Amino acid sequence: MKKKGFSYAKWGYIFSIPFVVVFCLAMLYPIMYTLVIGFTEYRGALPTLKALSDPFKNYKTVLSEELFRRSLKTTFSIWLWNFIPQIGLALILAAWFTDDHLKLKGKGFFKVVFYMPNIITAATIALLFSSLFQFPKGVINDILLEFKMIDEAYNFAVDPKITKGVISFIQFWMWFGYTMIVLISGILGISPDIFEAADIDGANGFQKFVFVTLPNIKTIMLYTLVTSMIGGLQMFDIPHLYSDGGPNNATRTAAKHIYAKGFSGAYLYDEASAASVILFIIIIILSAILFFLMRDKDAAILEKQKRQMEKKYRQEYKAQVAAQKAKLAELEKEAK
Amino acid sequence: MSKTDKMIIASGKKKNSAANTAMTVFVYVVCILIAILCIFPFWAMIVNATRSSAEIQQRAVALIPSSNLMQNYKVLQKYESSGFRPLIGFKNSMIISTLATVCSVYFSTLTAYAIVVYDWKLKRAFFSFVMAVMMVPGQIVVVGFYQMIFKVHLNNTFLPFIIPAIAAPSMVFFMKQYMEPSLSLEIVQSARIDGAKEFFTFNMIALPIMKPAIATQAIFSFVSNWNQLFLPLILLKGDKRTMPVMVSLLKGDIYRTEYGSIYLGLTLTVLPLFIVYFALSKYIIAGVALGSVKG
Repeated sequence: MKKKGFSYAKWGYIFSIPFVVVFCLAMLYPIMYTLVIGFTEYRGALPTLKALSDPFKNYKTVLSEELFRRSLKTTFSIWLWNFIPQIGLALILAAWFTDDHLKLKGKGFFKVVFYMPNIITAATIALLFSSLFQFPKGVINDILLEFKMIDEAYNFAVDPKITKGVISFIQFWMWFGYTMIVLISGILGISPDIFEAADIDGANGFQKFVFVTLPNIKTIMLYTLVTSMIGGLQMFDIPHLYSDGGPNNATRTAAKHIYAKGFSGAYLYDEASAASVILFIIIIILSAILFFLMRDKDAAILEKQKRQMEKKYRQEYKAQVAAQKAKLAELEKEAK
Repeated sequence: MSKTDKMIIASGKKKNSAANTAMTVFVYVVCILIAILCIFPFWAMIVNATRSSAEIQQRAVALIPSSNLMQNYKVLQKYESSGFRPLIGFKNSMIISTLATVCSVYFSTLTAYAIVVYDWKLKRAFFSFVMAVMMVPGQIVVVGFYQMIFKVHLNNTFLPFIIPAIAAPSMVFFMKQYMEPSLSLEIVQSARIDGAKEFFTFNMIALPIMKPAIATQAIFSFVSNWNQLFLPLILLKGDKRTMPVMVSLLKGDIYRTEYGSIYLGLTLTVLPLFIVYFALSKYIIAGVALGSVKG
């Protein structure tokens, strides 16, 4: 570490300038601007900032709207109904794919196929599914009729529950492969010694999964949960293009609500800002809660101990240096 | 070990292997069913892109392509006035995704280099800051960003999608994690002794060493830029539209009865992604796994 040389330090600053400048321009400033707009009156096709007598007016308006509160609930339930089956299936598949006893062949092929929906444009997938679910002649209707699961073609688009379910399913379908690969790499990172020890203790496959695998991939599961939630609560593409928030606003997510307020002819930028700040705060709070609930307590304690030790050593070192300096001064005095 | 012990173990093994075989078969069946579930929608899309609207009206599910591809394409062209022009969308998406990806990987590697190679006072604080902003949800920026872009008259240009790519916190994090073990400071040191300037050392020594990481991150950056919808939807109009924005136009009324053409339009928009995916799937899968462990 010490080899780097002191005179080169300025290059550290110089090389991080582009990042810092662009970050300030493209993220920090827009965030600040969004905050400011949220506390002022700023609407219309050619908006200007006007101070409000009550700076929280937009927030009050947005929060009092039934549509917004419902959109938050909708967003959360669509996300939850995609995440639970997603992590469940991903865990099962990951357990199978890492189980040497099964001697599974073609894992590479399955991974490629399972991950495929994730890479395809969400906009295209939304329209593809709306074509598949078409009424009266659509692929899904045809299949259901073929297998006599329904008697006549069903108009899926007018059923709020089914529309919500389909959107959850699309999200699940797009993301389970990703989650599976992430969990597999987590499981492969566990030291084989632990599994061997469990084998010697006579644990069966299920026990090994519950008592060895699961606790050891806790961090990775937390990572999946948090990233999925941050992405899921901003869900826009699929509700916008699959059902346009309908029927009867049943699939109007928070992001769709912000879009409707600010960008589809209503020009209510101030209320859109307030709504996005509220969404932002909700995301931050939920992530913080998740981190707190699932934090690695042992690691935190270790880290704390490490820091205390370092502090102690530093103090001791300083004391030693001081003592030696004093000694040196004394010696010099004596020499004189 | 006595003879009976051995026999017990052997029979146990046999039972185990029978159960294992049954399990393996079950796993295969489940995996194949899921694979069909993943492929089927795309298959239906591609097959229906070659069928006429009348054929689809009669029977929406077909496994074998028909011969109506060109007619469907002509219908799409006929409605070009609605704005759906896949070739232009392809070109625009290509320009934006390529330039944004180049910006992201180059400057993220440079920022990571600043963190890994140099000792500066604010280094730790800067890295913590990068980690913190990694989690900032994009939705919070949208209104302010949109207004800012309008104020400086950059709406309907590609710059709002390319310049911000320079600051990609999660990519900086990934590059830093990758660079720490793979770039030895001795090499940097010896380059300095040979008289190389710092910037030259980064371009000629650090970048080549980072090639594997750059390749993975470039793929993901490209795909996520390609797939973006919200910002392009509100900032780009007319012939500046990207592919996903073009896709959203297929929702329009004029296509309502042109079933085959809609499927063809959708197929055209994902064709480049399919090609990229099947050419690079190995690296993409490895990249997902790597990213998760490092992140």
